[in-house]
Amino acid sequence: MAQLNMVQAINQALAYEMEHDDRVVLLGEDVGRDGGVFRVTEGLIERFGSERVLDTPLCESGIMGAAIGMAAYGLRPVTEIQFMGFTYSAFEQLFAHAARVRSRSRGRFTCPLVVRTPYGGGIKAPELHEESTEALFCQVPGLKVVVPSGPYMAKGLLLSALRDPDPVLFLEPTRLYRLIREEVPEGEYVVELGKARVARAGGAVTVVAWGSMLERVLKAVDGYDAEVLDLLTLSPFDIGAVLASVRKTGRLVIVHEAAKSCGFGAEIAATVAEEAILHLRAPILRVTAPDVPVPLAKLIDHYLPGPQQIRGALDEVLQY
Amino acid sequence: MPLESIGKFETKRLGVLNERGEADPDLMPQLSEEEIRRMYELMLLARVFDERAVALQREGRIGTYPPILGQEAAQVGSAFALSPGDWVFPSFREMGVHLTLGFPIAQLLQYWGGDERAQKAPEGLNIFPFCVAVGSQIPHAVGAALAVRYRRDPAVVVTYFGDGATSKGDFHEGMNMAGVFKLPMVFICQNNQWAISVPLKTQTATTSLAQKAVAYGFEGVQVDGNDVFAVYRATREALEKARGGGGPTFIECLTYRMADHTTADDAGRYRPPEEVALWRERDPITRLERFLEARGAWTPQRRVEAKEKAARVIDDAIREMENVLPPAPAELFDGVLAALTPRQTGQKKGL
Ligand SMILES: Cc1ncc(C[n+]2csc(CCOP(=O)(O)OP(=O)(O)O)c2C)c(N)n1
Ligand SMILES: [Mg+2]
Repeated sequence: MAQLNMVQAINQALAYEMEHDDRVVLLGEDVGRDGGVFRVTEGLIERFGSERVLDTPLCESGIMGAAIGMAAYGLRPVTEIQFMGFTYSAFEQLFAHAARVRSRSRGRFTCPLVVRTPYGGGIKAPELHEESTEALFCQVPGLKVVVPSGPYMAKGLLLSALRDPDPVLFLEPTRLYRLIREEVPEGEYVVELGKARVARAGGAVTVVAWGSMLERVLKAVDGYDAEVLDLLTLSPFDIGAVLASVRKTGRLVIVHEAAKSCGFGAEIAATVAEEAILHLRAPILRVTAPDVPVPLAKLIDHYLPGPQQIRGALDEVLQY
Repeated sequence: MPLESIGKFETKRLGVLNERGEADPDLMPQLSEEEIRRMYELMLLARVFDERAVALQREGRIGTYPPILGQEAAQVGSAFALSPGDWVFPSFREMGVHLTLGFPIAQLLQYWGGDERAQKAPEGLNIFPFCVAVGSQIPHAVGAALAVRYRRDPAVVVTYFGDGATSKGDFHEGMNMAGVFKLPMVFICQNNQWAISVPLKTQTATTSLAQKAVAYGFEGVQVDGNDVFAVYRATREALEKARGGGGPTFIECLTYRMADHTTADDAGRYRPPEEVALWRERDPITRLERFLEARGAWTPQRRVEAKEKAARVIDDAIREMENVLPPAPAELFDGVLAALTPRQTGQKKGL
């Protein structure tokens, strides 16, 4: 088995599915000739041609809207939005349409669309290139939100997303693109959407994370009896797995790199409070970024949650 | 009803200075020797700024930087025509405009070094922060122009954007509103013919960008963007028209992005070196030098001196930028809202 980084793993998933399903087409800015600004689609236009890999004009709303039409017609479009911050001008297409084609047409038309976009901080890029506003998308019924945490998961989850009957936002943690290498099987395998993964077993405290925070959490919990859950799908999230772990440990720390207020941690905490409050031996703590816009390079390290804050929260719930 | 023509349109292209540096006397704008000298020095300042910024990025002293190489005439020439009260809504690749308008150079470098405090324009300079989300600044300019009109001010609002931005919905919406309300605006498109790896022909099926203005009910003109006099003339005329109540103008500066999209890009992957070489021959600074030389106002020594002068200015700015203390973590909270929320107050204390 080959050791791949996440860029290569995602590329493999796209190539595999394009090879086996002629409905799969890619569209976005710079995805063809340039192979995408992170090279995720490298080589695909050469292999599958410019009818299946479309270099589009600069128009996120147009890209998203067009993909909806393609999906309704029976194709399986994959859009690449260059950075999460540029999905904002496509909100109308995504929220008012992609997420509602099925319900609005009562199933006569559907929208099996995958929206891929790099997301998250820590790459010292310009403004709007390090956003993590995943919770916004999780509030929209009719849309699934998936966040891989490494190459193996990325390939398996993307293959599932490509076969899913509904629109899926696939958030690729930019900081991890080339940070982690893992064994990735060459052929086909799928990782089911909606299922969390126990990334590390433990008994005294549950830590829930996703995306690039998972990597930080796994380093920070060294020496603690912590169970780490990699959520992988945020919408719908694996309530059963979170509850099972919390019932066992009695403590919950949620770590995300988005701002605290109305971040996805709030949804997890509220669900645990509703379903398992009597199992808790300490308050649920959230380790998050502060409620400020994502800063540029000079301050980004003070913005993203670091190991100290994660350990601080662990100590707090363990000593409660 | 017969099939009749209900409209015929033409789009003009303006050039003043040809590639040999000869100016068309009928089209040459009124500029004093001193003003022309100043334009030349600003273009060189922009060139040196750009060279230094790219070098700083390579040395890890600033972050990702989008070069302006080749676009000096389109930026200096247009900004040179502005009046002090005018407003500018830029994209992120018009540092030549900033330099012409006197934006502090150290701050430009500080911004590309990853410090957002540097986006604060000095009082009296009505230049909005860099807009990274392509094209989304265009409607802001429309709104400022509505406010100018409401206040009966003599100002004109100018917005800059690239060829790629003309594909965005915000371009359409902004142009349309400007036409409908006949606003005191100038839309300045830096058509450098590339949007990262996407060439102009994938951006539009039209033969020019200027002709798009026709559909919004106002004038569009294509100018030779490497001809500083043409750019200046078109901008000045558009500004005068706008100030006189004649409504908006769209100016397409046809130029070329001679460098990579940013320091994080490798244009060699997607465009032929012959094309770049061709445009290197059309360097806007060389063209102005040929003009000056024919008038006995330029020698190679003159360039060396002007470049040295520019280099001193830029090097001072680099020192100034590097002496700025990094922001304190608490500055994360600066200016998010006029007053901190209770939660932000707690978060700031807990840093
Ligand atoms: C809305 C949006 N989409 C994508 C990007 C990523 N991006 C940055 S610059 C650029 C190309 C812009 O082309 P153009 O408008 O021609 O300006 P230029 O870069 O050539 O100055 C792209 C796609 C962005 N910044 N904003
Ligand atoms: Mg361009």
